[in-house]
Amino acid sequence: MKKATVFVRLKDGVLDPQGLTIQKALLNMGYNQVASVKSGRFFELEINADNNDIKSKIDEICRKLLANPVVEKYRVEYDQ
Amino acid sequence: MKFGVVTFPGSNCDYDAYAAVKLLGREVEFLWHQSTDLNGCDAVILPGGFSYGDYLRSGAIARFSPIMQAVTKFAHSGGLVLGICNGFQILVEAGLLPGALMRNNHLRFSCKFVYLRVENNENPFTVSCRAGEVLKIPIAHKDGNFYHFTSDIEDLIKNRQILFRYCDPHGAITEESNPNGSLFNIGGICNKEGNVAGMMPHPERAVEDILGSSSGLKIFQSIIKSLTEGVRSEVA
Repeated sequence: MKKATVFVRLKDGVLDPQGLTIQKALLNMGYNQVASVKSGRFFELEINADNNDIKSKIDEICRKLLANPVVEKYRVEYDQ
Repeated sequence: MKFGVVTFPGSNCDYDAYAAVKLLGREVEFLWHQSTDLNGCDAVILPGGFSYGDYLRSGAIARFSPIMQAVTKFAHSGGLVLGICNGFQILVEAGLLPGALMRNNHLRFSCKFVYLRVENNENPFTVSCRAGEVLKIPIAHKDGNFYHFTSDIEDLIKNRQILFRYCDPHGAITEESNPNGSLFNIGGICNKEGNVAGMMPHPERAVEDILGSSSGLKIFQSIIKSLTEGVRSEVA
């Protein structure tokens, strides 16, 4: 069974208040080396298919549901 | 004339919206999310709440409900659709309204009265308001921070799609009166055709003075007036 891991995060230039708050907390904790934090989420998908066009299906799933293309971008990693 | 209020799993303002319409003496019925038929309703309200537990993104899952196919078809044929709070989030996710509703800039759930300035009173949802009228209506959300690309905001302005902006009690647009970081203080918009509108504040919670305000009635009165007198949107 194939596994796809989808990473979703806000596009560059879109304000990420959660990442910003985490970065401020890190500053308060003394980790002033951290210049910025971007938050996001990931999904692990197990796929019942061996055909090669699964990539286009996963892409469709990302665009339709897992990410909001207006403000988010995504990246997919596959492993066997 | 009949209103329909959609109930999604997790909707919690459906009865309030129902009661607001009843208060104005109009016929109204609930529409179940699994239904594929609007039962001949003349206006549809997507109420506030936490459809599907706000999982993934607010409104992201509800927008694939069977009823949304009927709502989309209705919207495309010019039917009046109003999304309130979670309903607004669903309309944005469905692509029936532009932009995105992101986490509030302060990251907290915000529940309080706000003031809204009516930016366009020639729209089916605002036709009972005066131009520039200030409405006092409560908000209750964590994801109400309206975002759109700058060039697209210009289009919204040009097309008169901005219906409400957060303001102070006197109608001045200030940073302090913006409760969530929303771009351009936007509290409510409509589509280019003007027949689909979304707003983060809850007009159904401001329909009697004993509730703190009756400003919200104007939104429902506008819809009734539009349906009765055949008011069409001035935009686009």
